[in-house]
Amino acid sequence: MVLWLLVVACGTENVGQSDSTLHRGLGTDPESLDAQKARSVQAANLLRDIGEGLLAYSADGKLVPAAAERWEIADDGLTYTFTIRADARWSNGDPLTATHFVLGLRRLVNPANAAFYANTITDIVNAEAIIASDMSADELGVAAIDAQTLRIELTQPVPYLLSLLTHPSTFPAHSKLGNVDTANSARSLLSNGAYKLLSWEPGSLLRLQRNEHYWNNAATAIDLVHYHVIVEETVELNRYRAGELHTTDNVPPENFAAIKEERGDELRISQYLGTYYFGFNLTRPPFKNNPHLRQALSMAVDRDVLVEKITGRGESAAYSWVPPGTDNYAPPQLSYTNLEQEERNAIARSLYHQAGYSDDNPVQVELRYNTSNTQRRIALAVQAMWREALGFEATLVGEEFQVLLTNIREAQITEIFRGSWIGDYNDAATFLNLLLSNNPANMMGYASEEYDSLMQRAAAQVEPRRRRLYLEEAERALLADHAIMPVYFYVSKHLVRPEVRGWEDNVLDYHYSQHLSLDVAQ
Amino acid sequence: MITISTASNAIGRARVSRLISISGGILVAIAVIAIVVPWLSPNNYLDTDFDNILAAPGLAGAHLFGTDDLGRDLFVRTMMGIQVTLLVALVASFVSLVIGVLYGAIAGYVGGRVDAVMMRIVDTLYALPFIFIVILLMVVFERNFLLIFVAIGAINWLDMARIVRGQTLSLKEKEYVEAARLTGVSTPRIILRHIVPNLIGIVIVYVTLTIPQAILVESFLSFLGLGIQEPQTSLGALVDAGVNQKENAAWMLLIPGGLLALILMCFNFLGDGLRDLFDARQSP
Amino acid sequence: MVKYSLRRLLGAIPTLMVVVVLAFLLVHAAPGGPFDSERVLPEAIKENIDKYYHLDEPLPQQFFRYISNVVRGDFGPSYRYRDHTVTQLIAGSLPISMLLGSLAMLLAVVVGIAAGTVAALRQNSVVDRVVMAFAMTGISIPVFVIAPVLVLFLAVKLQWLPAGWSGSTGAARLLLPVISLALPQIAYIARLTRASMIDVLASPFIRTARAQGLGTYAVIRYHALKPAMLPIVSYMGPAIAGILTGSVVVEQIFGIPGVGQFFVTGALNRDYTLVLGIVIVYAVMIVTMNLIADLIYGVIDPRVRYR
Repeated sequence: MVLWLLVVACGTENVGQSDSTLHRGLGTDPESLDAQKARSVQAANLLRDIGEGLLAYSADGKLVPAAAERWEIADDGLTYTFTIRADARWSNGDPLTATHFVLGLRRLVNPANAAFYANTITDIVNAEAIIASDMSADELGVAAIDAQTLRIELTQPVPYLLSLLTHPSTFPAHSKLGNVDTANSARSLLSNGAYKLLSWEPGSLLRLQRNEHYWNNAATAIDLVHYHVIVEETVELNRYRAGELHTTDNVPPENFAAIKEERGDELRISQYLGTYYFGFNLTRPPFKNNPHLRQALSMAVDRDVLVEKITGRGESAAYSWVPPGTDNYAPPQLSYTNLEQEERNAIARSLYHQAGYSDDNPVQVELRYNTSNTQRRIALAVQAMWREALGFEATLVGEEFQVLLTNIREAQITEIFRGSWIGDYNDAATFLNLLLSNNPANMMGYASEEYDSLMQRAAAQVEPRRRRLYLEEAERALLADHAIMPVYFYVSKHLVRPEVRGWEDNVLDYHYSQHLSLDVAQ
Repeated sequence: MITISTASNAIGRARVSRLISISGGILVAIAVIAIVVPWLSPNNYLDTDFDNILAAPGLAGAHLFGTDDLGRDLFVRTMMGIQVTLLVALVASFVSLVIGVLYGAIAGYVGGRVDAVMMRIVDTLYALPFIFIVILLMVVFERNFLLIFVAIGAINWLDMARIVRGQTLSLKEKEYVEAARLTGVSTPRIILRHIVPNLIGIVIVYVTLTIPQAILVESFLSFLGLGIQEPQTSLGALVDAGVNQKENAAWMLLIPGGLLALILMCFNFLGDGLRDLFDARQSP
Repeated sequence: MVKYSLRRLLGAIPTLMVVVVLAFLLVHAAPGGPFDSERVLPEAIKENIDKYYHLDEPLPQQFFRYISNVVRGDFGPSYRYRDHTVTQLIAGSLPISMLLGSLAMLLAVVVGIAAGTVAALRQNSVVDRVVMAFAMTGISIPVFVIAPVLVLFLAVKLQWLPAGWSGSTGAARLLLPVISLALPQIAYIARLTRASMIDVLASPFIRTARAQGLGTYAVIRYHALKPAMLPIVSYMGPAIAGILTGSVVVEQIFGIPGVGQFFVTGALNRDYTLVLGIVIVYAVMIVTMNLIADLIYGVIDPRVRYR
């Protein structure tokens, strides 16, 4: 009884009626709002609102000056000199200077800070030695020439350095930063972006408020931004439909057709720098030294059915590794891309037989995936396709994510596993580096001298067009080895209410709150 | 425990036995159908049909209960789900029965300090946040499904142990136990030969009431994504998948959900009825 | 009674030790660590992080470090929430879970007892049948089905109530979660009350009271209610366990930042300290709740004496 009365007294709050507060769905909680300690996509989304690097992206995904108003690059590509805006300020009004960027980058590589992204720019002079505790962080090749001038020195050219400098791990640090204690004093979190943190209730809500000291504050339209922590996609969708959110972080596959029907105008599907793949464990049988089998399995998977019937949210079939939309890159095509699935299956069958398998002697493999509804459905569909085309029954092993990661890393019982790779920056290297033999994240155990040397030659190349040719050559070698089985390229998926203005699709899927506005008349 | 049978009247008792036979009958029928009928179906539980995703149920088509989001036949899958759900519930209950009966009988029969210590341990285990431990076990055992239910049974025996101990305390004083003891029969033998057989009535009642709990725990784990391995399935896993599809394919929720509810209801009625009968027999 | 309570609480200390050791072994036995990700960290960075969180030490040493901190009231840093300590996370989430749980319990007890009593008074009537049918349904449908269906109709379609926690403030956001949580318990309690009430109403002292011409209300209020409550009080332990389980589900569906949700994310992310902290806090709560239930039992039933 009492409850009912209270409810009548309170009523509910709907985004339609609210003032100038933008309600955004976030997914999981950020693990940290300390720019140098954060790791997840969610944390990065928030940090791009409350912080700012030397450069940033425009609403449509182009690199633009941010805290730095201009920069010069030496001819050898090894020295970058940035000029910081004179009017750049911290959220407490302190001027933002080159020293703060030096501090930030030193914090990033300093082992005492245990930063996940410490290796964002290992090509800065002495960075690797500092991470390995062989040198003091003060020796990092970054210097404040004066309050406005920052110099970064590299050991080898990094053609995508400017896009790296939009990454939150390279954001400046205030000397008063000390311990970021957001739980007790969100307001004291110093930041230099268009917004500042007002409060953080873990598991529920992060509230941001306009930062009046921001250099471009005049261009910020929305005063308050609420990020709602919602883990389940279906829950997020319900809350959007109940009118509690302006934008969603994702769109679940279950109701996708109905959403498209009812809210087609609000649906934002865009190319995204991410590839879904199945990895082979190349260090053990049956896939070790067995390209025929790998190719057979790869060819027997009908990507069109997967993207149309199983994921069905606009993803595109993947026959190569680096996603389309990557800057300055043309993905190579495998010869069988243009065949019909029936023809592919026929080739796959003959390769399967060449590898020594048949209906009487089927290959025995386990396919590991992490248990979520989408992963489960993809794994089941692939299992069915192999059964149809090649006549063997793969064993599905659905594992909790941490268990899956452990098994993949140990590479003992793992045979085929599902994986995904999301680009950190818009360059083919963020994808191709994964397959380097010395990359700890290369969980397939792919080790090709040819590939490594092509990548090395690309890395040493300052001239963008020549570099690109090496990278494309490397991917061609990778695909010819069938070391990895790309399945589809991700798309970013959001629902955006009609009153939200300024939302533009881009491959990075960055949507800064400062670019958005609310059309109250709607 | 409470009973309604002390208000014993002929109508009440007739109703109770009717309840028992109806709910028991339904359960047996469901179990038999779930085991036998899939053999007769042209479909199997894992064949996918990408041209027939989310087909509605109907007598006309090949799929009586429709298909799921991968075009798999829901009838066969639901039958499999029933089998799995009943199996895990029985396993969990059986484990808790074995541990609980032996533990309770030993504590009650031996008595004295042993009893005090054993019951103290039970009190300690009661303080464990059961569901949190189950989640941790699930994570540790990497979802070895049957093992988890052995584990659930191994945690769930506490009530059984307490009840059995209470009964044993009174059985201990009975003449035939006394007689056995005087003729020099060993303690383990007395417990197994004379105590345990006389506990069967109350034990059956409690097992019947433990089964629905185990079924609910199974569905809870499915909800958390810690359930049975695909392509196998359980009622809990089917219901969990159905909840997500409730708007565009209501049958995916209603059919397995309805059967789950029916099974839980039958076990509850059966347990209640048996308890009433048992209590009536106990009361003078 | 005070002495009894103190002894019970002291007696719980070994229990808590067992709980801590068990939980510690379980979380560390789970494959994977708190910082595993598809973006495998370079060895040097991994070492720095492990050192920072003392994960490079042998397990026994980690255990003793942890215990000695806990004894001093420090549950350590959370691994998943790098800006928060476990104490902060529990302090933020426990009040929410407790509010939710106690409201659900209150609702369950009030509605359950009322419904059960009415059913008992009108035994075998239509009212009785309806109440019992409802109760049976409540027991037989899992919370994770009830809650989303309620959300779909009351929040999404009719938009009467908020669909999630963070979308509003005040009591409105409590309503759906509390109802979802209370429904199964209402059902259990109504069934228990009905059975026990029928029992009590048939006993000689009630017949005497009735023979003396007391009205139904007075009979229930002054004579029948108290003895009929005994089974309900003994049911409190399982009810708390049931609400605890339910709250894990309800918190996830409504996005409520309660302990259950932190536990599940903690367990899945191998946030060792968060998981252990929650297990400890809950074990303490269960011990306390059981004690309270026993004390209430003593107040209602004069035959029970505390020694």
